[in-house]
Amino acid sequence: MRLERFWLAAGAAGLGLLPWHGLEAPVAAILGWKQAAAPALFAGEPWLWPLVVPLLLGLGGERRALVGAGALGLVLALIQGLAIGLHGWDMAWLAQVFGPGPSQAAMGWGAVVYGVSCTMLLAIGLARMGWCRGDVFVLGALLLILGLVGLFVAWPVGAILRSAMQDNDGVYALGVFMEKLFNPGIWGLDCLSGGRGCGVAWNTLAQATLVGVLATLLGLAVALVAGRTRLPLRPVVRLLSLLPVITPPFVIGLALILLFGRVGIVTNFLAEHAGIPRTRWIYGMAGITIAQLLAFTPIAFLVLSGVLGAVSPSLEEAAQTLRAGRWHVFRTVTWPLIRPGLANAFLISFIESLADFANPLMLGGNFNVLATDIFFAVVGAAHDQGRAAVLALVLLGFTLTAFLAQRAWTGSRSYTTITGKGDAGLSAPLPAGLSAICVSVVGPWLVLTVVVYAIILGGGFVVTFGRDWTPTWQYLLTTFSVDHGVGGWFLSGSGWRSLITTMELAAIATPITAALGLLAAYLLDRQNFRGKGAFEFIAMMSFAVPGTVIGISYILAFNVPPIDLTGTGIIIIISFVFRNMPVGIRAGLASLAQIDRSLDEASASLRARSARTLRLVILPILRPAIVTAMVYSFVRAITTVSAVIFLVSGEYNLATVYIVGRADVGEYGVALVYSAVLIVVMAAVLLGMTALIGRQRIGRRGALAAPAEAIAL
Amino acid sequence: MSDAAVSFRNVSKRYGGVTAVDAISFDVAAGTLVTLLGPSGCGKTTTLRLVAGLEHASSGTIEIGGRDVTTLSAAERDVSMVFQSYALFPHMTVLENACYGLRASGLRRQAAEEQAREKLALVGLAGYESRLPSELSGGQQQRVAVARAIVLEPKVLLFDEPLSNLDAKLRRHVREEIRALQQSLKLTVVYVTHDQQEALAVSDRIIVMNAGRIAQDGAPRALYEQPASRFIADFIGDSNMVPGRLRRTGGDLASVTIGGLAVEVAHRGAADGEVEVAIRPQAVRLGGAGGRQAIIAKAAYLGSHMEYDVAVPGLAAPLFVISADVATPLVAGTEVSIALDPAGVTVLPAG
Repeated sequence: MRLERFWLAAGAAGLGLLPWHGLEAPVAAILGWKQAAAPALFAGEPWLWPLVVPLLLGLGGERRALVGAGALGLVLALIQGLAIGLHGWDMAWLAQVFGPGPSQAAMGWGAVVYGVSCTMLLAIGLARMGWCRGDVFVLGALLLILGLVGLFVAWPVGAILRSAMQDNDGVYALGVFMEKLFNPGIWGLDCLSGGRGCGVAWNTLAQATLVGVLATLLGLAVALVAGRTRLPLRPVVRLLSLLPVITPPFVIGLALILLFGRVGIVTNFLAEHAGIPRTRWIYGMAGITIAQLLAFTPIAFLVLSGVLGAVSPSLEEAAQTLRAGRWHVFRTVTWPLIRPGLANAFLISFIESLADFANPLMLGGNFNVLATDIFFAVVGAAHDQGRAAVLALVLLGFTLTAFLAQRAWTGSRSYTTITGKGDAGLSAPLPAGLSAICVSVVGPWLVLTVVVYAIILGGGFVVTFGRDWTPTWQYLLTTFSVDHGVGGWFLSGSGWRSLITTMELAAIATPITAALGLLAAYLLDRQNFRGKGAFEFIAMMSFAVPGTVIGISYILAFNVPPIDLTGTGIIIIISFVFRNMPVGIRAGLASLAQIDRSLDEASASLRARSARTLRLVILPILRPAIVTAMVYSFVRAITTVSAVIFLVSGEYNLATVYIVGRADVGEYGVALVYSAVLIVVMAAVLLGMTALIGRQRIGRRGALAAPAEAIAL
Repeated sequence: MSDAAVSFRNVSKRYGGVTAVDAISFDVAAGTLVTLLGPSGCGKTTTLRLVAGLEHASSGTIEIGGRDVTTLSAAERDVSMVFQSYALFPHMTVLENACYGLRASGLRRQAAEEQAREKLALVGLAGYESRLPSELSGGQQQRVAVARAIVLEPKVLLFDEPLSNLDAKLRRHVREEIRALQQSLKLTVVYVTHDQQEALAVSDRIIVMNAGRIAQDGAPRALYEQPASRFIADFIGDSNMVPGRLRRTGGDLASVTIGGLAVEVAHRGAADGEVEVAIRPQAVRLGGAGGRQAIIAKAAYLGSHMEYDVAVPGLAAPLFVISADVATPLVAGTEVSIALDPAGVTVLPAG
């Protein structure tokens, strides 16, 4: 009974105390009492007054009344927000009926609190009616997550669709849409008949397929060498597989330019000593492929080494005792058992390559892919949001299809162990020929990786990479110097501002990401409710939405009231949260799977409801997973570039975007120094976490921390 | 060259500084079922894997059928193994599993399938050929594993705790099947288990291992009735270990006094004086005339028999006693006279 009074009061506060419009600091807005920042009831906007009705309706406390109150409040707030915009009626037919209407600014803190309160009232009412076994906490969490994902993933994606279907005057025009969608610039096949080049969609598909196949094969070779030979590669490969997590995505492309570009050191060497002419071969499909292989092979490796490790050694031993030689064992037992994993690794690399923005940006040259075309459609001279939206739709179609295929595949094709007790055994060694092939492929990849990282970490400390090898601190000082001036010490380096902004925004986003992710994981693993499959799909879907698509969709959806966030730090935080939430979900699911359900049941049988069980039983055991989820979402927030490059503003610039900007104007020294600093900071954060979690062991279960693999995937 | 199917000569297996198997020697006669028995970590599974060729000996020689196979790989040895987890290939049907060894040996599909069907029928799985292992019950999976192993007609068939994934009722049934199959096909079998009852039930001979060494090697009856050590007496069946005083009475016999009870048994080489005696729970007679007075400390009814703890004056710990008399159970606190049956009393060799 007390719970709904709390939320009714909160809803009232949202209407009567907090500023309804504007997201500036709420306390200052209230104290300043500007008309523009007044609470809903005092803002002189009569269309906000009906919002009181649901709260009065809920006062009775009867369960149907609560459901009605919550639902009505949400619907009313939504209708008025969508109907009345900054320049009068937002819907054309309203303007025709009523003439020029009222106008209002975007929603603010009051609206946020009011919306959350209505959601909770709805949850309380539904729980009293017996939904989710009457568990208010579960229902509330469910509705909250659904609402947030709907608002910040589904709504923006919808905005893309809207924008794509409208012509330049904002009128829905199917013909124009079809014409834009099947534009020969996207789907043309001229390259097959010797024309100028194929459509960008074909380019993207070809690129992703090539990288998917090569990364899978390379990842398999690495997994086989690490897992099935005596070479002491395992620790090296483990380390390398963590690198992509902490590496800002574009620096690999940058390093490749310094190696193989027209004045790269390898090119120089070959030109001077072997007379091989300088070309721009690295710009285009070849360069992108190499960069993406360096970036995504570790992911394929993680998938495949997991699959390889899951092949019970006793199966291979059984085959050996049945007189099968090494090749026969590999061909008839090992290979068929890892085949589902190969498909999975291919699809994951395929999706990553489709979504990759940074490497094509650095290395694309005249070879365009969807992710970069979207960007240039928005920032380029053409500035065609409609074209960007159409391209984003096509890209989203590709990634979602691959995502669905991947889920269907992993859902149906895994051979699980048949019986509980297993025998410890030894995996069969690789056939000699296969082993030689794997080593000869993995070796060059390892060497190239090491060289690339050496350039990234060291390249910013010489005057001109490739020409003047004099060591210098110049670039470090430009970027991160600290000076003593009139007002005392201050950070004078050009990079400080973006670095601090990045850290601040990532630090705010991190706990929210982890909390939402773990909450969703808890609901998925421990609760049963109708539509659970759909809920999981929606929650994980943001993983399959490429960063560029998120970026363009946020611009389209959150640029005008009712939600106007562009240019703020909040929109960056939100993009961090919903881009990385699947990380939290994965960490949570991996850890929860290790905690026996009997603990929950014991707690429930001792009269604890789910919120109490979660707080007193699950969370303390999950602590390592929480740390893991937080650190990974922090690191990923800092290294991402694709989504935020659309969202940064003068006030809120981010480290990665700053680096891309420097590299773009040819200041490679600064870009490399900054990247090296970021990598070192991220590595320190990751290693610190590993050390921290290494000590946290609960009983004999050992570390419950979700393994890095589970998250990186 | 001996006629033994398997022959171990001073075989050791070391992992770094740990010695899993310590210079053991034994022979397995053709057509017999020999069990390697011992507590977990005693080296029995390692020994089995040494026979299979899945591990290779650090020192010593292993012969199979008179041929030195010490350095041969598993695929080159004429042995087959039934794994604890069965290790059925999950992506192959029952028939494909059963054919696997024959196909790997280069037999054509048709001939291989024919032989495999025959062996599947032998273990009672005719009609299940096209199923996947995941569609079979635990007992059926086990039979597929056996069929897959015997299809090759190996010189030696190895079983690694084959019953441990089955429930208690099924275990007895399956172990009888394995024994019957072994005897009808005259197979040479090396069988690993930690369950002493299972070992007693199926074996021609049992090799008890402890800490990487052979603790005792003999027929089931010999192990039970003449344990070579305290370890064996404790591990094979239940025993009360009590101190006694021995006095030789001539010939092989001696009189042993235990807590005031005298009994005449074989001295087994022990000298006069203090000895350790193993008393089987069934060898303590309750309620006979002329015995020594004792008190029932605990009583438990188990349907087929009674279990008692009996406090005997002069003995530090109560005796664990099993009585077949469930018609007139004794309650705790009852005074009862006890006597010992010499057949269940064994003097343990010193050391």
